[in-house]
Amino acid sequence: MKITKTVENSWQSLVDGVQAGNIRAMARLITQVENREPGWKDAMKAIYPHTGSARILGITGSPGAGKSTLTCEIADELVKRGHQIGIIAVDPSSPFSGGALLGDRLRMKKIFTLKEVFIRSMATRGTLGGMSQAARDVARIMDAFGKDVILIETVGVGQDEIEVVKTADRVMMVCIPGQGDNIQALKAGVMEIADLYVVNKADMPGADEVMADIYAMLELSSEAGQPTPPVLKTSALKNQGIRELVATLMADSTESNRHDDKEEMRIKEEIFSLVEDEVLRFLRRRWEENGEIAEAARQMIEQKKDPYSIVAELLNQFI
Amino acid sequence: MNEGKKMRVLMAKPGLDGHERGAHVVAHGLRDAGFEVIYTGLRQTTAQIVNTAVQEDVDVVGLSILSGAHLSLSQKVIDGLKNAGAEDVMVIIGGIVPDEDIPSLKKMGVREVFTAGTPVSEIANFITRST
Ligand SMILES: Nc1nc2c(ncn2[C@@H]2O[C@H](COP(=O)(O)OP(=O)(O)OP(=O)(O)O)[C@@H](O)[C@H]2O)c(=O)[nH]1
Ligand SMILES: [Mg+2]
Repeated sequence: MKITKTVENSWQSLVDGVQAGNIRAMARLITQVENREPGWKDAMKAIYPHTGSARILGITGSPGAGKSTLTCEIADELVKRGHQIGIIAVDPSSPFSGGALLGDRLRMKKIFTLKEVFIRSMATRGTLGGMSQAARDVARIMDAFGKDVILIETVGVGQDEIEVVKTADRVMMVCIPGQGDNIQALKAGVMEIADLYVVNKADMPGADEVMADIYAMLELSSEAGQPTPPVLKTSALKNQGIRELVATLMADSTESNRHDDKEEMRIKEEIFSLVEDEVLRFLRRRWEENGEIAEAARQMIEQKKDPYSIVAELLNQFI
Repeated sequence: MNEGKKMRVLMAKPGLDGHERGAHVVAHGLRDAGFEVIYTGLRQTTAQIVNTAVQEDVDVVGLSILSGAHLSLSQKVIDGLKNAGAEDVMVIIGGIVPDEDIPSLKKMGVREVFTAGTPVSEIANFITRST
């Protein structure tokens, strides 16, 4: 294992450490940025010029579809091809305790000690825009460190998770046999963001039926003349179809038009998400300090005003 | 909601014994106490545990050991963390440990030993107090 010296915690020294290839510095910086500790934005400003070369792949699909096992196999194959890999494994925080059980690593043991691989588990921590921005920031830190392929695993059920994979260059949707009925249900929202479909657990009966369902769904939802996303079969457990999958994931995009649109949309989303965060923080601080929010609450409690008028009045000074 | 620092704990099982239940219960309990728990399951090598602790930047490594090999496994994890520049990570042990071994474990840097049956709340409180 690589020996890394104890690192100082100022963001500047952590950023230097990341560029010098210090693993502990990268891990520490990720924590500070994830926690939004003081200086995180300065750190990201310093990181940003060193990013842009990594390929970011989003991996989503229903719970237990084999995303982590597949992520592990993909990473292993990419390492064999000479790549440096970053993995971000997202699991939900408990809405009750705020804690989280991050278990994706269970299926990734095989790559724990490969020096080319860095794995980071992240909890959603509640806020929707917040999580996807944090995932994007973590991916950038890995990129600046020198990871050239970054895999982001999320459970593809909620809107939060969809927001997260939207930050990826390519999104892979993992389906499994016996899920046919769900394919239709998935259509809204999730299906539009997938660039690639994988039917995992193809060692079990029913894989071809799911393939057929996906093709049918794609047929219905795609416009004439547009290329439809590839659909591949894998067994992460038996290491089947992984090389073909990796080749497809790493192939250069031919649908450049679609990509430019996507790129612009992504940048806009990021700006809005950062603005939203800042504006909300600013307003919270200001209205707590000058008492406007307490006054507004009082008026509502005394039933003098409705919330809609209150918001209109509060915002009046800015708009 | 939940802004700012979160305590992160790695729950790991080094060695060969196949009893996962205790570690599982503690992992869930700590999650319910508000910690972010990274759970890696059975049969971890100490090198895997150290790598995971560093990458995940955890505050605490909890080792669940029932195999009787607690002395050598703990020493390896503590040495590994030190070599990785992560000696500030707190190491605690849970499982079956004879009383007479506890002083040696503490001497090598293990902060606390929780024998089988300790309520999770006690472990959670200890972590909160000591980090
Ligand atoms: N038969 C079969 N089982 C598989 C395959 N891939 C994964 N599994 C099993 O499916 C279960 C779930 O795998 P994970 O990789 O944890 O699935 P996941 O989608 O990451 O799960 P969550 O993160 O909990 O949503 C495990 O028991 C795996 O061993 C496969 O190709 N075939
Ligand atoms: Mg998983």
